[in-house]
Amino acid sequence: MTAPADAPVTTDAIPTMTVTLKILRFDPDGLDGREPGTEYWEEFQIEAHATDRVLDALHMIKWEQDGTLAFRRSCAHGVCGSDAMRINARNRLACKTLLKDLNPAKPIMVEPIKGLPVEKDLIVDMEPFFASYREIMPFLMTSGPTPERERLQSPEDRERYDDTTKCILCAACTTSCPVFWTDGQYFGPQAIVGAHRFIFDSRDEGEWDRLEILNDKAGVWKCRTAFNCTEACPRGIEVTKAISEVKHALNTGEI
Amino acid sequence: MTGAPELKAPKKAVSHSTLGRAQRWSWIFQRVSGVLLIGLIAVHLTVNLVMGDGINQIDFAFVAGKLANPFWQWFDFTMLVLAMIHGANGMRMIINDYAQTPWIAATLHWALRISTVVIVILGTLVLFTFDPCPAGSDPSLLPSFCEDI
Ligand code: HEM
Ligand code: SF4
Ligand code: FES
Repeated sequence: MTAPADAPVTTDAIPTMTVTLKILRFDPDGLDGREPGTEYWEEFQIEAHATDRVLDALHMIKWEQDGTLAFRRSCAHGVCGSDAMRINARNRLACKTLLKDLNPAKPIMVEPIKGLPVEKDLIVDMEPFFASYREIMPFLMTSGPTPERERLQSPEDRERYDDTTKCILCAACTTSCPVFWTDGQYFGPQAIVGAHRFIFDSRDEGEWDRLEILNDKAGVWKCRTAFNCTEACPRGIEVTKAISEVKHALNTGEI
Repeated sequence: MTGAPELKAPKKAVSHSTLGRAQRWSWIFQRVSGVLLIGLIAVHLTVNLVMGDGINQIDFAFVAGKLANPFWQWFDFTMLVLAMIHGANGMRMIINDYAQTPWIAATLHWALRISTVVIVILGTLVLFTFDPCPAGSDPSLLPSFCEDI
């Protein structure tokens, strides 16, 4: 026997809690009598379930309390990489961070990711980040005639760069890197991850073009093995390991 | 394929310019000198502070005795040069990180270079021109071999 369609939905059984969010806001236009370009902390209180995510909390604020709050999100399921932000001093995707994992008894601190110019509230200008990615030429480079069918590869060859194919370009790694914060030129970990994905792909032939770029002043040698990137990556990519493999290829001349 | 951009043929092997990049040598030096420094510093600390009478043995006679021995002269010289270049190279990276204004960066880089050279020269002079038996000193403070002179 199936339940009648009009049976009351009993969400009340799940307890809610009051959660405080402290958001670092940036107002480029100077609304409500603020100076244009004011940066300030603002506190919001919401009623949420423990299993709600920080993204849900931000939605509640934007939809029910303050429509001027600005943040990016698209997929809401950890796929598109739009909503990396600094939550309780660690870079995470708001859509993959549950409130219960953040000690909701204390205010949850939400800031934009560091090291990129803030445009409004939690939205940063991603262009310097994408420019570094473009510079390592993230596309297949081959010589000779285009084959009739797909380019084949053994499972072992595929395995070598499997980890770095998972990148969603969220910038959590690059904006957690202390060298990226202070040094205006460093490519950042993501560009090296993006290059690794092609350098160690047996079908690609542009590996030395990319390695040459990464051997440059602002390339892999800027990395100080701080491991912040590996800890920040929401996809669990071993970023520091990928960077070390690129260094190793440059030191030995072997890929 | 029509209309696709013309791509130059990919590079095949490691090129000379790839191998010779200063950034890479700096990175390798930092690691090689670091490994050597572990050994040198461990021996230095053990001989001075653990073996024999430990910290109580360190006086003028102990230091003079060590510096009269060519082995310890060259040992200390290696440690001095490696630690200074390693430390200076590390400081160079930190200046590159934090000094954004060109003239401040240039000033810091030159201050670093000059102080490194001065300290290495001073240290080397001390190591190789040290007089373990200065004339007219109280013999009880000098190393035992001074009596023979
Ligand atoms: C026990 C022996 C030592 C080892 C194994 C060691 C190892 C290293 C390594 C591997 C690096 C490079 C870090 C990186 O770029 O990721 C480094 C950097 C550095 N080292 Fe050493 N080192 C030792 C002793 C020293 C000494 C005696 C000095 C000072 C004279 C020194 C000063 C520095 C500085 C200033 C840096 C730069 C730090 C940075 O890049 O943030 N080290 N060391
Ligand atoms: S490596 Fe990880 S943290 Fe960095 S951009 Fe890709 S998915 Fe984000
Ligand atoms: S919104 Fe797409 S990854 Fe979070």
